[in-house]
Parts: sequence; structure tokens; C-alpha cells
Amino acid sequence: MMARAWVFGDDVDTDQIIAGRYLVKLDPLELAKHVMETADPKFASEVRKGDVIIAGRNFGCGSSRERAPLALKAAGVSAVVAESFARIFYRNAINLALPVLTSAGVHKGFKTGDRVRVDVRSGKVHNLSTGKVFKAEPLPDFLSEIIRVGGLLRYMKRR
Amino acid sequence: MDMTIAEKILARASGRKQVTPGEIVEAAIDVAMTHDIEGPMVVKGFRKLGAKKVWDPSKIVIVFDHQVPANSIDAAMNHIMLREFASEQKIANFYDVFEGICHVVLPEKGFALPGRLTVGTDSHTTTYGAFGCFATGIGSTDMVAVFVTGKLWFRVPESARMTIEGKLPKRVGAKDLILKIIGDVGADGETYRSVEFAGTGMRYISMEGRMTMCNMGVEMGAKATIVPPDDLTEKYLRGRAKGAYKPVYADDDATYAEEHTYYVKNLEPQVACPHRVDDVRPVREVEGVEIDQVFLGSCTNARLEDLIEAARVLKGRRVSKGVRMLVVPASREIYLEALRRGILSIFAKAGALIESPGCAACLGGHVGVLGPGEVCISASNRNFRGRQGSPEAKIYLASPATVAASALKGKITDPRDV
Repeated sequence: MMARAWVFGDDVDTDQIIAGRYLVKLDPLELAKHVMETADPKFASEVRKGDVIIAGRNFGCGSSRERAPLALKAAGVSAVVAESFARIFYRNAINLALPVLTSAGVHKGFKTGDRVRVDVRSGKVHNLSTGKVFKAEPLPDFLSEIIRVGGLLRYMKRR
Repeated sequence: MDMTIAEKILARASGRKQVTPGEIVEAAIDVAMTHDIEGPMVVKGFRKLGAKKVWDPSKIVIVFDHQVPANSIDAAMNHIMLREFASEQKIANFYDVFEGICHVVLPEKGFALPGRLTVGTDSHTTTYGAFGCFATGIGSTDMVAVFVTGKLWFRVPESARMTIEGKLPKRVGAKDLILKIIGDVGADGETYRSVEFAGTGMRYISMEGRMTMCNMGVEMGAKATIVPPDDLTEKYLRGRAKGAYKPVYADDDATYAEEHTYYVKNLEPQVACPHRVDDVRPVREVEGVEIDQVFLGSCTNARLEDLIEAARVLKGRRVSKGVRMLVVPASREIYLEALRRGILSIFAKAGALIESPGCAACLGGHVGVLGPGEVCISASNRNFRGRQGSPEAKIYLASPATVAASALKGKITDPRDV
């Protein structure tokens, strides 16, 4: 199945990704039922495995709750591509092996429902509906390595 | 080469003479804090990794503050899990449901010390920078790495400096100043940076006020916010400090990516409007907006000084009919002192509800949840959509004086008018 883009704006905060009232839950699938609920109540029920979030500036600002990237991942989101990220979310996503790519101009280059292909290694973000290709900033080697092996815990086990 | 405070602390903690922004270092952690929301995730990760022992139980602090006392079976189960972990790992610095909010408890118990490198599984960990340490928020998996190895990688941040000059006028406080700054630089204006608050104006800002400013540093994206230690720092730490410490100061020719100067003697009360922390305006521009709830609580503004400021406004008067006011002292120490001084009775007589210490209404998962269409003025740090309950509620952020004045009038009110 082709991955679809879900487009969100600037400053999508962690309360929008997973609201405070759900933070007592530890089960990722339970969290996934409420992911992005505040930003788009349809998202959790309609998102499909492999879909990609495209966002504006400062994605994931706010709290350090790791349940934000955890819920996105559990819902099937395969990558988040944004103009920029807030730093704690960025680290948390990498630690959970959820690819987070920074790409200038990507926000205007997509609309929700566009077909998308993300190549994490090369940093190419391809809008298959329009044919446009966006280049993401490459991740530092050891961050790519954490994502490649499946997250920080697995990375630590190997060491 | 000359270094900033952040650079010096990260250099020391990573065993280097010198570090420069952009460089990635592995640094030894001095204090690691977790609480009842992220703590269970840390324990889960710790078990998943197959780890047996934490690296150093004396450097770990656990505080229950988000769901206190437990308000659901899930919350109670999380508490049980974390209590057992603290006992199994012999973590003596464990503060159960009665002690208060982590960011107030750690300074009170003397864990926030100049020169230290501190991490916490909470974005408002930046608060401890008020004591001249480098303190930053991390997620639960990073904390698993810290619990196991005592170390974490950091990208050395660029530093920015905010020079504060002059003395804040009456009824205008540190909250108004930090709101003004966030409004100016924006919600991502200082992303990845370490921000130093310096200048002669900081001398007039109490440790409580400095904590308020550093607390909200993360609302402009900062990785850390740091105030150079002075005699006020020393005074606060006397009798509290857990161990020896050495203040760290920036070198004369340290490099700052950005510098701002604020002359504060004419600063007006500020308010952040829904749903953005950086949509900041003078209270004068939004006064008259009707409110349903007032929240005087959170790690930002529920310390003794804040309660005193609000009580001055409310003394001998009553909260406006139809308005609910929640007062949640940030810690047991503060609660007791406010009780002793008769401050809590001022609030109770005014018609406010007084809850036991904790995060309470700030994160919309415990008490004081807002319904659709309701409006709250809050002394806390975030007004994100849905933060305190319904996504259709609106939250305004302001100082303790402004929220108290607004409680009196039932609408957003400039505290200089009451």
C-alpha cells in the first residue's frame, strides 16, 4: 500500500500529539488510539501503516513525554518530515527509531492525502502525487545508526 | 578559548578542557530526576534492556507529582511500580505523593546546585538553571541510558545571553518578564540553545523569580536556561545543598550566538493568549475577557512568593461569583509555610479551593479539568489547545498577581487596578 502524507502546521505540541490525560497509559497501542486527537480527531482511526507526517516548524514542542513519538510509531507512522523539530521530541523519536527528517520547504510541498516516499538513508522525500522531491538534512552518523538498529535500547545492547 | 557557563559545565562533565558548540560529547550526569508520568516508562525500558542495577542510586531522585494522590487505577499501578523500583534499587531520594512538584522539591532538597549537570524526564527541568547548573529535559529512553551508564550524549549548544537591567515595578514580576521575552523571541526562538539570564537586573529577582524564568525557558525552545550564581543563590542553598559545589561563570570573551537587553523598569503585566505561549500581549490589551476558572499552581508560579503576591490582592475580598479558583501550593514545605503565615486562610476565606501539592490542573489529567468553551487564567506555563482538558477550552497565562486580580473581578484584570 502506498504511504500517504498527513500535513500539519507549525508548533504541533506534544499535548496535541498525545494529551496529558492519556499519559497514565503505558501500552503503545492504547496510546495510538488517541494520537493527534487534538490536532485532527480523524487521524487515529484513518492513519495507515507507513503513512508520513509532514509538518511546519517546531514539531513536537512542549513536554518531554516520550509517549508522543511512541504513539505515532504505534499508530503506524513511518516518518515525520518537518521544517524543524523541538529538541526533546527529536531525541525521543530517534531513540525509538522513528525517523525524523528536517527539510526546508517540505511543508508547502505537500497536502494531506498526497502519496509520499521517504528514503531515510539518502534523505530524499518524494511527493509521488506532484513529482517533487525534497532533500532532507542528513542525520549525524551515530543517530542514523541508532535508527538503523531499531532504537537506543538495541544500540546499547549491542555495545 | 573563552567559554560560556553551559560550555564549561559540559566540558567538565565530559572530561575535556574545551568544548565548542555543535560538538557531540558524552557527559557524566550529576543528578537524574524522574517522576510518576515518565518514571514507569523508564522502568519498563530498564527491564527490557535486562539491566539489573542503576549506576548510582544516590544520584537519582524520584518525585511523584503528576497524579497525586492517584486518581485512577492506572495511576495507582504506575505508583506501585515506581515505589517497588525505588525500593529494589535502594534509591533513597524518593519523594512519594505528599512532597510536591519535582521542580520545586529538587531545589528545596538541595539537588539543584551550581556547576552541576542535571537531567530530568520533564521539559521543565530547565528550572534548576536558576542555581547556575546546566539542567535539561530528556525522554524516558535517554533516562534508561542514564540509569544504566550514568552518561548521556549532548550536542554542545550555542549560547544566547539576555541581559536584564533595572528593577521590576510593583505588581509586575518575573513571570511578566519571561512572558515578554518568549513573546519577543517566539516559541522556537532559542531552540537548541543555552540561554543565560545576566545583568544587574537579575540581582533584584529572587530565587523564586529566577526559577519562574528558567522554568519557562523551554517555552522558547531552550535546551537550558542559566542564571550565574550570586549571594541570593548562596543564601538559598545554605543548609540545603546536598554536597559541595563550585559556581561556574562565563569567561569575558565567551561567544554568544545572540544577545538581547531588557530594561524592565517600565514593564507592564503580560498575558499569553490561547493557544500559543508566544502570543503575548500586555494585560491592558485583553482585560475584560470573562473567565470561568483561575489556576494558581504549577512548577512555574506556586512558590511562597507567588502565594504571598496573590494573597495580597485577595486579602479580605472574595473571588467573583461564578468563578472557580484553584490554589495548589507547589510543595509541602510551601504549603506548611503558607499555612503558618495565614496565607491559606486568606484564599479559603476568599472562596478559593486549596488542593494538596502537585501538578494539578496544569496538565489536564488530574483536578480542575476544563470543559468545552470554558476560559481559564492560569499561573502555569502552557496554554496549548487541550492542555487543561477540553480542546475547546481557552487558557491565558499570567502572573500570580494578574490571576488573583482576575479572580476578584471575574474577568482578565490588570493587577495594578485592584
